[in-house]
Amino acid sequence: MATAEHAATTHQPDRRRYEGIWSWIFTVDHKKIGVMYGVTAVCFFLIGGIEALLIRSQLMFPNGKVVSPDQFNELFTMHGTTMIFLALMPLSVAFFNIVVPLQIGARDVAFPRLNAFSYWVYLFGGLLLNASYLFGGAPNAGWFGYANLTEVPYNHSSYGIDFWILGLQILGVSSMAGAFNFLVTIINARAPGMTFMRMPLFTWMTLVTSFLLILAFPVITVALVELMFDRLFATNFFNPAAGAEPILWQHLFWLFGHPEVYILILPAMGIISDVLPTFARKPLFGYPVVAYSGVAIAFMSWGVWAHHMFSAGLGPVANAVFSVTTMLIAVPTGIKIFNWIGTLWGGSINFKTPLLFALGFIAMFTIGGLSGVMLASPPADWLENDTYFVVAHIHYVLFGGTIFGLFAGIYYWFPKVTGRLLDERLGQIHFWLMLIGMNVTFAGMHVLGMEGMPRRIATYPPGMGWDTWNFIATIGAFTIAVGMLVFIYNFFASVRHGQVAGPDPWDGRTLEWSIPSPPPPYNFARIPIVRARDPFWVQKYGDAGHGHGRVVPMPVAGGAHDAEEARADEHGEGIHMPDPSYYPIVAALGLAVMLAGVILTNLILGNPPGTQPAWPPSWVAFVGLLVFLYGIYGWALEPVSGHSS
Amino acid sequence: MAEASLGGHAAAVETTTGLDHRKMVMWAFLGSECLFFGSLISTYLVYRNRSLTGPFPQDTFDIPYTSVSSFVLLMSSLTMVLALAAIQRGNVRGMRTWLVATGLLGSVFLGGQVYEFTTFIAHGLSLSRNLFGTTFFVLTGFHGAHVTVGVVILFSLFLNSLRGKLTRENSLVVELAGLYWHFVDVVWVVIFTVVYLLPY
Repeated sequence: MATAEHAATTHQPDRRRYEGIWSWIFTVDHKKIGVMYGVTAVCFFLIGGIEALLIRSQLMFPNGKVVSPDQFNELFTMHGTTMIFLALMPLSVAFFNIVVPLQIGARDVAFPRLNAFSYWVYLFGGLLLNASYLFGGAPNAGWFGYANLTEVPYNHSSYGIDFWILGLQILGVSSMAGAFNFLVTIINARAPGMTFMRMPLFTWMTLVTSFLLILAFPVITVALVELMFDRLFATNFFNPAAGAEPILWQHLFWLFGHPEVYILILPAMGIISDVLPTFARKPLFGYPVVAYSGVAIAFMSWGVWAHHMFSAGLGPVANAVFSVTTMLIAVPTGIKIFNWIGTLWGGSINFKTPLLFALGFIAMFTIGGLSGVMLASPPADWLENDTYFVVAHIHYVLFGGTIFGLFAGIYYWFPKVTGRLLDERLGQIHFWLMLIGMNVTFAGMHVLGMEGMPRRIATYPPGMGWDTWNFIATIGAFTIAVGMLVFIYNFFASVRHGQVAGPDPWDGRTLEWSIPSPPPPYNFARIPIVRARDPFWVQKYGDAGHGHGRVVPMPVAGGAHDAEEARADEHGEGIHMPDPSYYPIVAALGLAVMLAGVILTNLILGNPPGTQPAWPPSWVAFVGLLVFLYGIYGWALEPVSGHSS
Repeated sequence: MAEASLGGHAAAVETTTGLDHRKMVMWAFLGSECLFFGSLISTYLVYRNRSLTGPFPQDTFDIPYTSVSSFVLLMSSLTMVLALAAIQRGNVRGMRTWLVATGLLGSVFLGGQVYEFTTFIAHGLSLSRNLFGTTFFVLTGFHGAHVTVGVVILFSLFLNSLRGKLTRENSLVVELAGLYWHFVDVVWVVIFTVVYLLPY
């Protein structure tokens, strides 16, 4: 191995090289971009967590006075928006970046510079959204931003909604750019023999999620554009006085919003589908069924959006149809859960932190799924809608589900990225604090909801019967915070002094464990040839099953070139990695300034919110456009070595 | 132990399907665009005939005029095909001619749209006047923005070819621009039908 690694180190005299911080800013290496995604997402996760702690402090006792009602509106809006768009989705994308090319035996993603672009767009979009706190007020209409509460007549005390509209559009560009990249990478850059039915489940779910992203985000983009035009150019999309129906916003938002729920959960399901077989030392039970269930969930997620709107008055037929489709989507989800349990059955189980989080995922997500089936029934939903029951449901799904899955991934792949293991004892403390903390926080909210406590109220009077559970929930929230502090300490301590992991600390099954930790820039000195599902396991222990050892020929383009590269490989000069580039960050900055310019010009001129931007076009936006065009043209004309784009 | 290669020899894979990455991402992008225009067109259809005040479509549209500019846009798809056919045969001069022709036809369509918008605004229809104005200008405006981007791409390709950068070997770039251009045309066929031709 060492010789192959040494031999593959290339020296290109014309290679642009950057040191220190610049090596990160101009990088197009998927692993470095993944690390930047992960660190940024965890930072936003902490910001969203602080917002949650403020919310819980306010509600700890009746008549809470920690924040004002206006600040409370900003806090729950920013908590939801931050957690969904700035923490959970990007943390999933961090894993797409770090893991997918390694799992499919690729040297990088299909479009390395587009990858850097999506990261920088994400960062600038997140900063813009949070900058609203500094410029008069954060968004305050909930993460779903229902029109017409977001329209100028009802919401003109600050630019918060404008920041929200533009921030989400910028983040949408980032998500879609990333999804295009991973879609093409997974379909088109697999190692020879890596057929679809041999792909690790995390790669499978990344592919499914990418499809959902590129199809769902245009829908919310249109909704946001319509709202933006209503606010800035006095159009009538959600103006009942002109004959419009604001419920159009709900339809567009949830047509995006429900696939979005699966965009959040499918990557976590993929992670635990890789973690469970590794720590049970057994192949995934029912691999094809688990993969196809993910595909089925993605299809069905397009037909359930109106279950968010049962109380909007769509009528009994619509409610009945969407009730049935919603209950049906529990079927493929349930199939996955039984297959995960089947994977553990009879396994030789190794109780390490990643497995604990994966088990936590199964248990907590099942609870969240069951309360989801309750909410799928319109009569029950009418009772529970807009109460803490729904808050409990969403947090069992997204905290108990997605966050537990993502932490399983962090503990699982941390040694691959850093070369060192996270401390196991601290990891277990972290897990138990998180598990106990989240149940203490959210279990009681089911009761609060049944007792009629509405969501999004800034405070409540004593004597409603809500005091005890609110107090307990706040204790739970701070327990989670302590767990996070343990994790942060563990992270910094282990990065420096953690136990050295070696290439394969977990006795892994998939290709990422076959290369050094951390992987070299080119990942694979030689592109592997895949002969089975769980290829690295089969390589180590032989093939116990039958019919898996067959090489499936994959069409290979550009044969002559390949032969040449293969020859060069033997002399250790064949690996051309893409050069670093500064055009992605320039284009991302230009895009963010261009969109932000729409509000910034008004802000700089001191106009009230809802003022039409000055014509000729807002000058900040115009500067952004020029920077963006410079970035795009430089990008298009930049000579590229090795890769196509 | 951690031998990177599971097989005996190293074979660098260009792409799994044989399709260029860029072509695949263009198709994915166009799929995404379908949902974008689908949402805008749905909004238009939901609000069709729902304006409380005029001007109404039947007072506003000049269908023969818009039919001519639609015909111009459709013909630009033909010239786009000719540009691609030329460069795939190695005929750089032919490609330049047809690229410019496509860009000019697109510009004529855009000019027609600017004239149409100006006339409508003169007749009292504006973005904020009524639901029809809101949905009409935003839907056709976003289509116009897409045509504008297409025209910029076409003339950029033309300028790049003057620097000798467009050859038979990288005719894929022209093909990608063509895919985008044809998509924008096809969307216009749908918009023209839904907005202008369905009787009000």
